[in-house]
Amino acid sequence: MEQAALKQLFQQEFSKMVAVISKIYGLQHIELAEDIVSETFLLATETWAAKGMPPNPAAWLYTVARQQTLYHFRRNRIFTEKVMPELTSRQEKTDEAALDFSLQNIKDSQLQMLFAVCNPAIASEAQIGLALRILCGFGIDEIAEAFLSNKETINKRLFRAKEKLRTENIKMELPPEPEISKRLDNVLHVLYLLFSEGYYSKTQNQILRKDLCLEAMRLCVMLTEYDRTNLPRTNALLALMCFHASRFGARQTEEMSQVLYEQQDPALWDTALISQGMHFLDLSAEGNEISSYHLEARIAYWHCQKADTPEKWEAILQLYNQLLMINYSPSVALNRTFALYKANGQHEALREAEKLKLENNHFYFLLLGELYTGIDDRKAKMNYQQARALAKTQTEKEGIQQKINNLP
Amino acid sequence: MLLFRQPSYDYSNTPKEEMQALGKKWQDWVGGIAAQGKLAGNGPRLAMEGKVLKAGGVVTDGPFVEIRERLGSFILVKADNLDDATTLAHGCPALDAGGSVEIRPIFE
Repeated sequence: MEQAALKQLFQQEFSKMVAVISKIYGLQHIELAEDIVSETFLLATETWAAKGMPPNPAAWLYTVARQQTLYHFRRNRIFTEKVMPELTSRQEKTDEAALDFSLQNIKDSQLQMLFAVCNPAIASEAQIGLALRILCGFGIDEIAEAFLSNKETINKRLFRAKEKLRTENIKMELPPEPEISKRLDNVLHVLYLLFSEGYYSKTQNQILRKDLCLEAMRLCVMLTEYDRTNLPRTNALLALMCFHASRFGARQTEEMSQVLYEQQDPALWDTALISQGMHFLDLSAEGNEISSYHLEARIAYWHCQKADTPEKWEAILQLYNQLLMINYSPSVALNRTFALYKANGQHEALREAEKLKLENNHFYFLLLGELYTGIDDRKAKMNYQQARALAKTQTEKEGIQQKINNLP
Repeated sequence: MLLFRQPSYDYSNTPKEEMQALGKKWQDWVGGIAAQGKLAGNGPRLAMEGKVLKAGGVVTDGPFVEIRERLGSFILVKADNLDDATTLAHGCPALDAGGSVEIRPIFE
């Protein structure tokens, strides 16, 4: 088996095995679960290199993980019996419960792990790191690369997150029925951030970025497979992800900056993902619920429409209006103003843009530059210059310079 | 709080397209306030009918006979002072309908 395929297998199995083992040991010992799985992978690599791949690699991994767990557990018990005799009865019970690597138990454990990791007690940055590690099986190097950070920082962040799992006594279980809907919001938000991390990541590593997005989608699909979490907003989020992902090949986003920068290339859109998105968008329309995911999914849907019609921009404008009423953010405000420009015209958009006063945001001055062009080219130039000064990357600065050069 | 009053809310003879255009005007106007991060709450729209209870237990159907403009709805905005809030009220579609916007600070 080639290296890449092996890596993929390990990444897939990592989260499953850690979830199943943690179910037995408790989240307090999640590091132990990670160690056991890592040791299992090491053994697999050595053994398979010498003897070749077994016919069912996953089953092989589960068997070895089971042995490793028992071994750890027995060693651990000697320690426990000497130091903490009161724990023995519990340990003995655990000893009898063999690790259950059935499909159903893997699924259940992963779902419970998803809720545990997305517990609101954990700070959101650490939460995403932990999700990448524990739920997606990413290595520390990859997480560091995705965050454009270093390994030490990521390790510290993960350590703190696991510390929280311990101190907050977070259990691997689904929240009770009345709380599940509220807790689901947190889970969906983490998946949303996870996806965005991949979609808008600063790293140049395209494969890693795509991987992040696909993992977020996989976890979201998992939520749709369980009745109590298969709610309209879950489907709305999944639809949103599908629409975005469909344009991954074209590196096309609905962000104003990109619309301004890049020519759209619909030929590169993934039509299969667009129709998947339509499917989940339909499912999300059940009931009266309108979450921000619903609105964002519909905006993304319109951006998947090739024709630049007045209807399209009017629809996008109204969706942004609604989105702003639910939750304001500077980027939504900017995108809304861009839609206003396309739907209601340059003059009105300019008046509205002047009110936003987002003084440290280079996209803001970029938009002002665009809106002043043809109305007051001197002001357009001033705003572009301001945008260039605030832009963070060289590519962006060059792009803006191009716009200044194109002014009459 | 911005309170919107209009002399009339009778749109029974208004064509569908005009109603849509009016809806869009309101949406765009509130969206503009929200885009500045200054929308604190979107109040409900008030229905046409209602009752008024007066001293002495007199209940009347039309609450609106004595006042020239009826209260239609309200929104909550974030503003540093009354002047800023008044600036936000500009462009409100109620003004186009011959109505008014009442700007009132609320106690927190």
